[in-house]
Amino acid sequence: METSSHDILLVGGGGAALRAAIAVSESNPKLSVAVVSKVYPMRSHTVSAEGGAAGVIAEDDSYDEHAYDTISGGDWLSDQDCVEIFVNECPKELLRLENWGCPWSRRDDGKIAVRPFGGMKKMRTWFAADKTGFHMLHTLFQTSLRYPVVRYDETFVTKLLVEDDRVCGVVAVELKTGKVRLIMANAVIICTGGCGRVFPYTTNANICTGDGMALAYEAGAPLKDMEMVQYHPTGLPFTGILITEASRAEGGLLINKDGYRYLQDYNLGKPQKEPVLRSMELGPRDRLSQAFVKEMEKGRTIKGPYGDVVHLDLRHLGEEKINAKLPMVRELCVKYENIDPVHQLIPVRPVQHYMMGGIHTDTNAATPLKGLYAAGEAACVSLNGANRLGSNSLGELLVFGARAGRSAAEYASQSPIPASTPLLAQGADEERRIHSQYLAKTGGTEKISTLREAMQHAMEAGAGIYRDRSSLAEAVNKVAEMRERYKAISMEDRSSAFNTQLVAALELGYLLDVAQTILQCGLQREESRGAHQRTDFPERDDQKFLAHSVVLKGNDGRPAVSYLPVTITRWPPGKRVYGEQTTDGGHDSH
Amino acid sequence: MADTIVIEVARYSPESDAEPHFQRYEVPLRGDWMVLDALNYIKDKLDGSLTYRWSCRMGICGSCGMVVNGYERLTCETLLSTFAPGPVRVEPLRHFPVARDLVIDMTDFLEKLSRVKPWIVRKDKTPPAREYIQTPEQLSNFKQYSHCINCMLCYSACPVYGIDPHFTGPAALALAERYNLDSRDQGLSERLDVLSQHDGIWDCTVIGECSEVCPKEVDPSLAIQEFKLTATKEWYKSFLMPWGGK
Repeated sequence: METSSHDILLVGGGGAALRAAIAVSESNPKLSVAVVSKVYPMRSHTVSAEGGAAGVIAEDDSYDEHAYDTISGGDWLSDQDCVEIFVNECPKELLRLENWGCPWSRRDDGKIAVRPFGGMKKMRTWFAADKTGFHMLHTLFQTSLRYPVVRYDETFVTKLLVEDDRVCGVVAVELKTGKVRLIMANAVIICTGGCGRVFPYTTNANICTGDGMALAYEAGAPLKDMEMVQYHPTGLPFTGILITEASRAEGGLLINKDGYRYLQDYNLGKPQKEPVLRSMELGPRDRLSQAFVKEMEKGRTIKGPYGDVVHLDLRHLGEEKINAKLPMVRELCVKYENIDPVHQLIPVRPVQHYMMGGIHTDTNAATPLKGLYAAGEAACVSLNGANRLGSNSLGELLVFGARAGRSAAEYASQSPIPASTPLLAQGADEERRIHSQYLAKTGGTEKISTLREAMQHAMEAGAGIYRDRSSLAEAVNKVAEMRERYKAISMEDRSSAFNTQLVAALELGYLLDVAQTILQCGLQREESRGAHQRTDFPERDDQKFLAHSVVLKGNDGRPAVSYLPVTITRWPPGKRVYGEQTTDGGHDSH
Repeated sequence: MADTIVIEVARYSPESDAEPHFQRYEVPLRGDWMVLDALNYIKDKLDGSLTYRWSCRMGICGSCGMVVNGYERLTCETLLSTFAPGPVRVEPLRHFPVARDLVIDMTDFLEKLSRVKPWIVRKDKTPPAREYIQTPEQLSNFKQYSHCINCMLCYSACPVYGIDPHFTGPAALALAERYNLDSRDQGLSERLDVLSQHDGIWDCTVIGECSEVCPKEVDPSLAIQEFKLTATKEWYKSFLMPWGGK
């Protein structure tokens, strides 16, 4: 087995990982830092983010207002100390990206331009047309090339090494050759993104399979708030491709089959001609997705070949504005729906988009497991609470990616290098497991794709936009049964070279683990809050559930859920109000 | 329209094949399917060993570039029905070593990308506490070149790269020019040092295939011509004013 050793190892190569890698190099250039990722860094899913990244910069804006929008948007499940750190550090991080060359859209005077975004009371979303994630990722990747960052490209991590209750590296398969590698490290930072592929309709890329969440969970680190699954209200049917919220920020309207702006019926304000912040189409994603379901129940949506849709109307924006501000939206509609939004309505439906939940970390991105850090969508630092506001995730991956890099650097500089003998033994065990359970496996009867699709449909039925005890319990049983069936998957590909069937099999294992935690946390949270809507418990219950769900893998292999209090600093739980004038800065909640 | 179509996929395993060969699969011909959906159908239902890259399926991650019926394409945004009644021939990108089936080895590009210094070079060591001012016009000077998704279609289409693998190639040069033209950058002379050598830019014979196949409307051919012009000017400057031409 090939072995190597670094001070700090990043798992994943997207925005959070690259930001963390640069932060390590900057805080201590003597440290050896490496990135191991199953895809080349610039293929990571950060690339697909469209609308923008929030950071207070306008003169009429303030950190407190950004904090209040984030906390109320998250239905008071955000840790407020974390939110305060975030809003404070976001603008600095976005400026660093600017200094590194990110092509942010500009005002005529050459300063940074900002646009409105859902649930935000002020204009504070920085953007690079509607390819913000793409530009951020490529800027970070290209900038990272000037730092001594070692890369293990297209190398798939199968196990975290834990010795003496401390994470000491990973075992990974190098895809090109099939070689199993042991990569030892003083500290490991997980930045593997989300797990949208647990669901059938998702904006997420094929690679978003919850790898890091499952690896951490298996290693004994807790996951947190996994029931908090965000549905984005405007995905394309069939493909699930995201039509950015920026399309509504620029003035796009959501209409039902009668051409009626139905959001006015759901406590989101009254329709105005121009977009109004924190109102109607600029309401938060959870409320908009829920309104779609209600509208469908009333029979006012449009039937399509892939289920019901409503329409997003951009026609009144005109060709010039669409080309300048939303070029990618137009390109996606033309290519994937054969529709030109300059002249036609876009069919949209809610699709899974983001995990508020993830690996439990503190505000320094440290998990309770020594030597293990996490940042970005894979982590749950408790910024987003029960519902993330659009354009907070790109800021999050920068702020907490950088924090992860700095705190891991500090930890790694002080901790002794792990002893290699027990790690080598673990690596050899893992190599045997990959061989016997997958590569040399014969006689399997279950097709990977069949099982994956069955899981996705069980998850949609059990843990969709609205849930109840029986839907969740049924899905729990189904996924448990699938975990049994998973043991009998059939493997046809015996090759060591670029074995994508092996990858798909391992990913399915991760997805099933993560699915179980989503369902169990959802079953036990008997209230409705943010994205978690229980029809059998329709109210928010601050007495019992102003708390984070924390889930560990139990001794019986099943998820065990307990609770942690939410950190409240200056904004006591209040009512979420959209569509009418609230006073600035959340003073109404004091 | 028939309800199925035949896909002929290039298969190659470094462990067992001396040469690539084609394998035929019959897949449903659905109006809303891309070529990638057909490959996914094959992998999921017919042959789990078929090997290719894909991820975002929305034309932005750059993973799924292949040669479809002789032309370089992102398979996630290429409609299958365009090729009806078929067959559709799917091959790996040209000019790269093949790792397996439709997967190419693009290590060479990553080395070249690093070499052109695709980052902002500044003489001031401490960055300002605020943004560099950049007007929309200054942004538009380099914007198109920043749209490169590193999909490698241009390398596959470039006849010069096919003959001379040392040629820096279209995408890396477009990205170098992206930084040269960025009003925040001061790295032109450093990049010229690297690129005005024989294999850097001069090999390009302005055939323009790279710009033809680019799925993101980047114009690498133009970037290379701009680069040559700048290099020539700088060379004359350094010849005439050796004390400070750079």
